[in-house]
Order: sequence, then C-alpha cells, then structure tokens
Amino acid sequence: MLMGLYNYWVVVVLMMVGFYIVIAHGNLIKKIVGLSIFQTSVFIFYISMAKVDGGTAPILAEGIKQYSNPLPHVLILTAIVVGIATTALGLALAVRIKEAYGSIEEEEIQKKDNLDC
Amino acid sequence: MLAHLPILQVIVPLMAAPLCLFLTRSRLVWLFALMVSGAAFLISVLLLQQVMASGTIIYELGGWDAPWGIEYRIDLLNAFLLLIISAISTVVLFAAHTSIKEEIPADRHRLFYILYLLSLAGMLGIVATADAFNVFVFLEISSLSAYALIALGKDRRALWAAYQYLIMGTIGATFILIGIGLMYQMTGTLNMYDLSQRLPGVENSRTVFVAFTFIIVGVCLKLALFPLHLWLPNAYAYAPSIVTAFFAATATKVAVYLLIRFTFSVFGLSFSFTALPLQMLFVALGLLGIFVASFAAIYQQNVKHLFAYSSIAQIGYMIVGFSVSTTTGLMATLLHLFNHALMKSALFLALAAVVYRIGSVQINQFHGLGRQMPYTMAAIVIGGLSLIGVPLTVGFVSKWYLVLATIENGWWPVTVLILLGSLLAIIYVWRIVEAAYFKPPLAGSESIKEAPLSFLIPIWTLVIANIYFGIDTRLSVQVAQAAAQSLFGVSP
Repeated sequence: MLMGLYNYWVVVVLMMVGFYIVIAHGNLIKKIVGLSIFQTSVFIFYISMAKVDGGTAPILAEGIKQYSNPLPHVLILTAIVVGIATTALGLALAVRIKEAYGSIEEEEIQKKDNLDC
Repeated sequence: MLAHLPILQVIVPLMAAPLCLFLTRSRLVWLFALMVSGAAFLISVLLLQQVMASGTIIYELGGWDAPWGIEYRIDLLNAFLLLIISAISTVVLFAAHTSIKEEIPADRHRLFYILYLLSLAGMLGIVATADAFNVFVFLEISSLSAYALIALGKDRRALWAAYQYLIMGTIGATFILIGIGLMYQMTGTLNMYDLSQRLPGVENSRTVFVAFTFIIVGVCLKLALFPLHLWLPNAYAYAPSIVTAFFAATATKVAVYLLIRFTFSVFGLSFSFTALPLQMLFVALGLLGIFVASFAAIYQQNVKHLFAYSSIAQIGYMIVGFSVSTTTGLMATLLHLFNHALMKSALFLALAAVVYRIGSVQINQFHGLGRQMPYTMAAIVIGGLSLIGVPLTVGFVSKWYLVLATIENGWWPVTVLILLGSLLAIIYVWRIVEAAYFKPPLAGSESIKEAPLSFLIPIWTLVIANIYFGIDTRLSVQVAQAAAQSLFGVSP
C-alpha cells in the first residue's frame, strides 16, 4: 500500500505543501514558489500514471513488447512550458509590484491600497 | 476553405498576434487587430449557419482519427459561444484605439493588441476544441494573456489585482489539469466524446468522483462563482477599460461553457446530478452569490467595482438556471450568457468613454454627467435597465425563462429570491442614475463634452442589440433552445 503507491504519496505531499505555501505565506515570491511546487506535483502525477510495470521506453525495436505510455509525457511537456510561463509572469509582476509599492509583502501592499481608497 | 472553418476560427487570431510585431504605428496595429477580430466574427457566423443547416461539424486536426488525434467539434452550443465571443471582441476593439491612447503608454500599444488577440484566440480555442487537454492549453493561453492585460492598467492596484488573479487562476487551471489527468487514468482517452462513452463504465470509482470534483472546483474558480469570486472585482476595476469591457462579456462566459460541457456532455447528466448533490449546492451558491454580490454592489463608490460585483450576481443567475437542470433552465442560462455579454460590454464600454472624458469612475464624479454626456449616460441607463430585467430589453428575456424554469420545477422560493435579487439591481443602477441626472454638475466640469464617435458607435451598436434582442428573440431563443435540447439529448 505504502510502497506500491509511493509516487502518488509524493504527489499528494508535494501538492499539499505547495498549496499550503500559496495560501499561508504573505510574501509574493514565496507564493510563486509554492505555486511552482503545486504544479510540479501534477507533473509527477502525470508521469507516474504513464508508467507500465515492466515496460520500457516506447521505441520500435525488436524485443520490446511492453512499453510505457508516452502520451502523458508529451502532455506534461506542454504543462511544464505553461508552468514556466506562469512563474515568469508571476515574478515579473512581483518586480513591478516591488517598484510600485516598495514591498512584496501582502500585508503592506494591502495596507497601502486601503490608504488609497 | 469552408471545410477548415473550425480551425481557422482559432488559428487566425493566434497567428495574427505575433504578426502585430511587424507593424509599428499604433493605428496600423489597431486596424490589423480589428480586421483579424472581424474575420473571426465572420467565420463564427458562417460556422453557426453551417451548424444550423447541417448539424454538428467534426474537424480532425491534421487528418488524425478522433481518439488519437485532436478533434474540433462544433455543435450549436459551441457555435453560439464562438459567435458571442468574436462579436463582442470586434465591437469592443472598435473603441480600443481611442480608449487606450489615454490609458496605456504609447510604447505598449502593440503589446496590448498582441495580448488581446492571444486572449481572443485562447477563448475561441477553449470553445472550439473537443479535446480535454487542449482545453487546458487554451485556457492557459487566454489566462496568461489576461493577467498581462490587466497589469497594463494605469493604477498600481492593477498590478496587485493581476497578481492575485494569476495565483487564483493558476490554481483553478491546475485543478482542471489534475481532473483531466484522473479522467485519462481511468479511461485512457482525452477526447470529450470518447470520454462520455467510456466514463459510465467506471463511474462508480472514487477516481472519477475526485476527477469530477477537481474539474468543477477549477472551473468555478474561473467563472467566479461565489465564494470563489475574490479575484474578480479588483481585476475588472483596475484593468484598462477596454480590457474590462472585453473580459466582463466573455471570460466568465467561457468558464460557464466549460461547466456545462463537462457536466452535461463529458460526465453526463445522470452522473453529475445524481451521484453528487450538485444541484442543491449550486442553487444555494448561485442565490447566495446573487444576494451577497448585489449588496456589495450597492455600497461601491467606484462604478467599475459596482458593475464587477453585479457581474458576479449575474453569474449567480446563470448558475441557478444551470442547477435547475431542465431544458428550460439550461436555456435560460444560455440566453443569459448571450444577454449578459451584450449588457456588460455596453456598460463597461460606456464607462470607458467616461474614463476617457473625466479620467475617473468614482460615483461622485458622475454628478451632472447626464447633461454633459447624454448619449453615454443614456447607454448606461438602458444597459442598467437591461441588467434589472425590464421588459423590452434582453435582460427581461433571460429572467423570464429563468423564472419559468424555476416555476416549472416547483421551486417557488427560488423564484421569489430571483425576483428579489432583481430589486437589488434597481438600487445600484438607481445610484448611478441619481448621480448623473439629479445632482448638480461639479464645479469646473463645464468643459466636459460628449464622448467621441469612436466610442458612441460601438456603445450604441451594443445598446441597440440589447433592445433588438429583447424584442425580436427569434435568433437567441431558437439557438439557445436547440442547444439546450441537444445537450439533454446527447446524455439522457
């Protein structure tokens, strides 16, 4: 149970760690780090589910009868690219926020916003 | 050429976006973007005609057969949504050149149009595709460009709003990705039609339940269902006015489409509504959304905020219609998709005109504007009446069907609450009317003139559409009804 589903345990733990950081931390950079961890857990999830017991790489060659499913790998390549774009955009926004507010702490930004209103 | 319309619908704006880089002058880029959006609109009209004449269009990308290759499947619902998105995008874009001159620095105009077209391509793609993973990809294309577009706002709060939207939106999209992965794990397919065939065989497994839950929560984050709406008000209020007009009319609608598509077509009606207490949950959240958001709207000082909260309330109506889960209920939701897109784009465009003239949307700056900007303010009044649901406007049509649906189902208390919710709309619309028509003009405001024609033409196009489709309901009702019936037909 524990070892057989090892990958999935890793997925769940990473997912919760990432999600918790996003929710609990007020620092904008830390939030993005949390978001990346959260997304990474999904990458591992896709890759794990593609694995076929005893399967090798999906190459057309003699002697290879059982192979892992290559489709999730391809899918997750796309998702990785999306993840990078999101992280980059998030960090770029954090830089601009730092320039505009002089802080990357959620509480301070919120305080300055409340003064503006 | 005609056979390739489904892919052209998506690929034209997608390919056009980077081409904008070759154009240097702001006006040229604008004309180019307008042309591209117009072409997308034309394609969507042709698609709708084709679908109405000869039924669902199935297009296989690159000629690969369906479960292996990606498939685009345009039925009435898709065609209807494509039409709404591309039409609103084109009309809104018409005013873009004048509006962004004041709101976005000149060196970023090109980037604005690129992002706008990418966002349009993403939304059209979400609707056109019949591949679950493709939905995620297009969702991210449209969302990432949306975050950047919102961050273009003049106020520094736009940055903060964009950041918060990025966090919430990414969580939502990742939830959808997890759901798609779990579905793939159980069925080995990503094609929506194929999924709907295979899911019933495994529907009692916990994995499918979890997949369904992840997808529903993810989509609800995107469509700003109360209480997952927190990203929306600030994002709409501080984005450049044109962006608000475009997104308020389309972005949440695409998410509502996804909700309908996944519950009705992919998971099937019997699973979605009997296996889980989705109906009760959505009715409760929808109604709560209507009341909480409408009350919040009443107390807003910023008119953009006010209409953003009203958008959340309107989404509540759509969700109530959806949760009735009868043909009439779904029809009311689809009609409201169309009608709300018309009202909100008209209202936010009118606000864009106000921003252009007075540079602010605080309600205390509206004093006396009824005389100084009569056409713009008249548009806001008609849009507001439509929001309330006064007869002869589109708002009435969708409310009518919604009330009908709840009565048919014997949900009397819900009917009463829907009508009460509309009364709240009267209050917040009245606040604007009062400020614009019954307060003396502010000192030093004599020089304020009516908005230029580049605003008035698109605004009044939308306002007239608001009235036209409120009187002649043939097109919208017919399409919505047929689409709703086919959704119930596909999944008995």
